[in-house]
Amino acid sequence: MMFHVPRFNPARVHLALQRGLTYGLALLLSIWVLLPIVVIAVAGLSTRQAIYAWPKALSPETFSLETLTFFLNAHGVLSATWNSIAVALLTLVLSLVIGAPAGYALARFIFPGRDAFKVLILTTRAFPVVILSIPLAVTFIQWGLYDTLFAVALVHTALALPFTILITSSIFVAVPRDLEEAAQTLGCDRLQAFVRVVLPIALPGLAAAAIFTFVISWNEVFAATILTLRQRTLPAHVLTVLNESPLPFRFAGGLFMIMPALVFIFFIRRYLFNLWGITTK
Amino acid sequence: MQAKVGGHKSVARGLAATGPYLLLLPSALFLLVFFAWPMIQALLVAFQTKEGQFTLEYFRRMTGDLAFRDAVRNTLLLLVAIVPVQIVLALIMALLTLARLRGSTLFLYVWAIPLGISDLAAGIVWLAIFTERGYLNSWLSGLGFLAEPFSFLSYENPLSLFLAVVVAEVWRATAIVMVILVAGLQMIPRDYLEAAEVFGASLWQRVRHVILPLLRPSLQVALILRTIFAFQVFAVIVALAGKTMPVLAGEAYFWYGAYQNTNVAAAYALLILILSILNVILYLRVVRVQQEEVTL
Repeated sequence: MMFHVPRFNPARVHLALQRGLTYGLALLLSIWVLLPIVVIAVAGLSTRQAIYAWPKALSPETFSLETLTFFLNAHGVLSATWNSIAVALLTLVLSLVIGAPAGYALARFIFPGRDAFKVLILTTRAFPVVILSIPLAVTFIQWGLYDTLFAVALVHTALALPFTILITSSIFVAVPRDLEEAAQTLGCDRLQAFVRVVLPIALPGLAAAAIFTFVISWNEVFAATILTLRQRTLPAHVLTVLNESPLPFRFAGGLFMIMPALVFIFFIRRYLFNLWGITTK
Repeated sequence: MQAKVGGHKSVARGLAATGPYLLLLPSALFLLVFFAWPMIQALLVAFQTKEGQFTLEYFRRMTGDLAFRDAVRNTLLLLVAIVPVQIVLALIMALLTLARLRGSTLFLYVWAIPLGISDLAAGIVWLAIFTERGYLNSWLSGLGFLAEPFSFLSYENPLSLFLAVVVAEVWRATAIVMVILVAGLQMIPRDYLEAAEVFGASLWQRVRHVILPLLRPSLQVALILRTIFAFQVFAVIVALAGKTMPVLAGEAYFWYGAYQNTNVAAAYALLILILSILNVILYLRVVRVQQEEVTL
């Protein structure tokens, strides 16, 4: 067996040092992102006594669901949670039904006005939700839609739609056109080719787009607060009672709102960079 | 002439001509209704009296309000403090992905996590850290730096309150910038980087002369998107500062809700719109620049 004795090699030492530094930096940035999440998890999963304690122990000593159950049993939280889920699901369906056809058109056709439509999409992304919500509240009062979950879902759809269109477009672009044409040559019409060939291939991507839309809606707080009085979504409810609520309520609320987003982001991690890549094209 | 070719083909051609427009119609209509109409409605609400006459009364009330100047100042100061830090941090993250570290996809996922966290939740997360009996004070006291907890978030300490908001916003919204920059970086042909390496360019030279110029379109997009989002900063501040640190979006919210004055709230919304439109103009120019670069 060959035995290799490493000689002192300045270039190699330099390389190793560089590599170590790179890892160190990457780890440091990861800690910067993760540490606050650990903190809110510790805070949300401890007793009320521990939350008010001073100074706090540097490592978590007690694990308890007391704070979280206190939050969930607080007046209005559970119904707001259901409202949030309903709004997010409604938003998801609306934006996929309205947006996916546009995404498909952008992916498959070259036609006059295509660029104008893309500019329209990019432009809408630049309008803050603040500007939409306040005048829309006035409109929704006139239409009799004010303080309904449907109204909130409509605004969330308006927010999510540009993303949905761009995301679905990038997903359909990735489905080989040849397969679709082959299906058409073999006797499928355009719709059949879409349903039988394109859709199954695009399904994971479309699911990722749906999850992304769900997260946008679940997280949105400004429009949801402006457009509702009693039909609060979870963030809207937490925001309106926040500054009168005790710390355990706030911490548990923060943790509870973050948890589903963490799970969802994990599921769509493969698509995250494709989702946004198209925006810079 | 074409009609003679045969039924099947002309149907296909007809579909090819109208098909894309039919597919686009629902979303185009939806976007127009939910973006164009609120703009008009905002103008009506902000400039019209109850009797339907033109008025500047609501704008005067907005600019005359005690919190107005602070709101404008705070919003702009936050923008200036937050955006450069985010760009630098995101750039470092993006460049680290080039080092081909083992587990670099895991790092990317971890750095992208804040994408799924709302501004309200992010504010609460940092509240747990910065609040008087919070974790930062506990750590500082555990390390012997502090005997008594320091009120980071008190209006008596505007600097630490401001910095707390900056930290929370940087933590939450750097991920978007990072994702845009990583996506941009992936579009740079590997050959360029390898060529630069072969010719002996140092890391700094590669970043300065190859990566940054090629990344410019993505950097501009990230910069402008972040600037627009900065005008909406709101829930983080409500969670950390309550009402003690006015910002534009927060004032719009309070005028609509707590003060029950939709007209002044709409005036604030229009002000944010004007600031955003300035950005859109910039944004569209960026898009045009990119297209020119592509055709070159």
